[in-house]
Amino acid sequence: MSAFRLTGLCSCRGVSLKVIESSCNLSRNRRGCLQRPLLNGTRLFSSHSLNSKVNLNIIPADLVDKLERLALVDFRTKEGLACLEKAIRFADQLHLVDTSGVEPMDSVLEDRALYLRNDTETEGDSAEELLKLAKNTVEEYFVAPPGNIPLPKREERTAMLKHSEF
Amino acid sequence: MASCVANELLHKIKQLSILLPINVCLRRRCSTSSKQRDSQRHLTTKSSSEKLVGVVGLEIHAQISSNSKLFSGSPVCFSAPPNSQVSFFDASLPGTLPVLNRRCVEAAVMTGLALNCTINKKSLFDRKHYFYADLPAGYQITQQRRPVAVDGVLTYSFLGGKKRSQVVRKHVQIKQIQLEQDSGKSLHDDVHSQTLIDLNRAGVGLMELVMEPDMSCGEEAAAAVRELQLILQALGTCQGNMSEGQLRVDANVSVHRPGEPLGVRTEVKNINSIRYLARAIDYEIQRQIGVMQRGGTVHNETRAYDSKSGETIPMRDKEGLQDYRFMPEPNLPPLIVFEDNATLPPGVDSSQVVVVQKIKEGLPELPSVKREHLVQAYGILPEHSFTLVNEEGLMEYFEEVMKATRKEPRKVIGWVMNELLGQLKQQDMSVSQSPISPAALAELLELQETGRVSSSGAKQVFQVMWGSSGKTAEQVIQEQDLGLVSDATQLHNICQKVVDSHPTEVHAIRNGNAKVLNKLMGLVQRELRGKADPVLVMEILKQKTRGGGC
Repeated sequence: MSAFRLTGLCSCRGVSLKVIESSCNLSRNRRGCLQRPLLNGTRLFSSHSLNSKVNLNIIPADLVDKLERLALVDFRTKEGLACLEKAIRFADQLHLVDTSGVEPMDSVLEDRALYLRNDTETEGDSAEELLKLAKNTVEEYFVAPPGNIPLPKREERTAMLKHSEF
Repeated sequence: MASCVANELLHKIKQLSILLPINVCLRRRCSTSSKQRDSQRHLTTKSSSEKLVGVVGLEIHAQISSNSKLFSGSPVCFSAPPNSQVSFFDASLPGTLPVLNRRCVEAAVMTGLALNCTINKKSLFDRKHYFYADLPAGYQITQQRRPVAVDGVLTYSFLGGKKRSQVVRKHVQIKQIQLEQDSGKSLHDDVHSQTLIDLNRAGVGLMELVMEPDMSCGEEAAAAVRELQLILQALGTCQGNMSEGQLRVDANVSVHRPGEPLGVRTEVKNINSIRYLARAIDYEIQRQIGVMQRGGTVHNETRAYDSKSGETIPMRDKEGLQDYRFMPEPNLPPLIVFEDNATLPPGVDSSQVVVVQKIKEGLPELPSVKREHLVQAYGILPEHSFTLVNEEGLMEYFEEVMKATRKEPRKVIGWVMNELLGQLKQQDMSVSQSPISPAALAELLELQETGRVSSSGAKQVFQVMWGSSGKTAEQVIQEQDLGLVSDATQLHNICQKVVDSHPTEVHAIRNGNAKVLNKLMGLVQRELRGKADPVLVMEILKQKTRGGGC
């Protein structure tokens, strides 16, 4: 299954399944785009350009770059990208199924009742344990850089990661 | 006499500036077209684009008033030690799952009902992805596709018209109300070039209210938010304190010519009070009009409001247009709420269901209803009822006073609106900080009713009472010797004296010129240093000047 091959080739910071999920999502959106009226402009934007290009089985470098920024995954090599394309083609098999008149399923839990909790305090006293997990803390606060550090440009990234173990 | 008139005028001007925010003082109508001159701004208005008007839409995040968070059992409390109210789920440790808090669902449904929304029987949860240190999971659970309530309307009012005494009613459409998680708090430490993260707030339940861009200026937006605040407080679903971050408002502002498509909008953040909201919006509208007039283009950006300078400045950290990659939350089934008990599935546990009918029946009295009741019960004017409900604690104050005095409501209103509220506004105090309690004011009003002190004397007493905490009206009257003289003999004697020493005037009165009586009255008052009971004196003077003498 391509899902597991992907784990080997992509350094995804431990969220490899998410890559499959989001690419599946993109193709599902594409399907939705064709069959149902556009509901959310921003969400479908990325799939729209994908729509026009994926038929050629080429994913434009800009889109790859954008995906890498949004998901903080790294497709790194040509093999990585080929893997992505194969994953999309794999998911495209969904189009073979006739789903006219069928409500899309967005959760396998859809026939379960959502459990409602009583509004009582039952947890939350874990400051010590949680702070221990962080490398850097200052007086019971977690420490983070002053703002989001912008992702380096594609060329710089390639150079930086050339020697990494993954 | 001239100084009296001047004083009156000054008093009226003072009242005007007390009751209105400064930059709206000179406006008659809510209009931010470039034609209006604004005393605080120095933009020169050109006649070319005089029809540009502002368009304002609000995005409001209201923190749900609950004991625990939206998806975890951590406590919700203001000002707790950092990271002391964080569970493993809130810190986004792997292996933790969200568990929905029923109270939050009920709060959202209640708010939706109060705002005339359609409640979606089935609503869905989604993930909104973006990276920021105060969002440990890298996504926020929200309800983007199908929120719990949609298509509502918020009716709000403000005092407009020529004298700002007319209640102007407006509506704004509510697009949707959705449940979502709050993020943690970031404290920026510029000295050490780092950000300190406190996750106490991460995961607290929020209701996001999205309003359509139906408003056109800061005044309308401020009035709408004030009304929403009152509604949420009446419902108990949110405490609505903007300075504590329980109610956060972001404004989307653009300008255009009426009839033309909407212009590019900017988002204004960092607004911590209703007053700043109005100022920020008005500033931004003027700024955009200025840009357009200079032939420039407005950029779609996020700007922060700086209360010190009164300006909006671009925020550094926002990157272009975000793509949040919305996806369904895989760990939560759809949220179902039931219309009434009849539609409940058999054998279901009552703690596991939310029934809309039950919540509807339990809705408390909303501010608009309260205002109506006040008008009905006391016969006061709608604009007074509006102010009573609008000012925190004022209605309760008024009703307390009414309980303790026989005075007519309309007259009591005069005292509450002018003397009390006037002083409070001047010193930027809240009703709860008033040095004069309702009981004390009621006592003063009773003394005036019974003729112990004249109305102008009563006003003086009020001022003295204000400055000296705790003194009763009676005490002040005695100390300042402001009590009205009603002793008939004394009055008779003084009247006689005045009548005897002014034969010309008496003659004029006998000849039909009744106005001269006022002059005599003035003289009597001077004798008694203004403490004559005017009604009695007038009677006596009339008697004495009627043909035939004493």
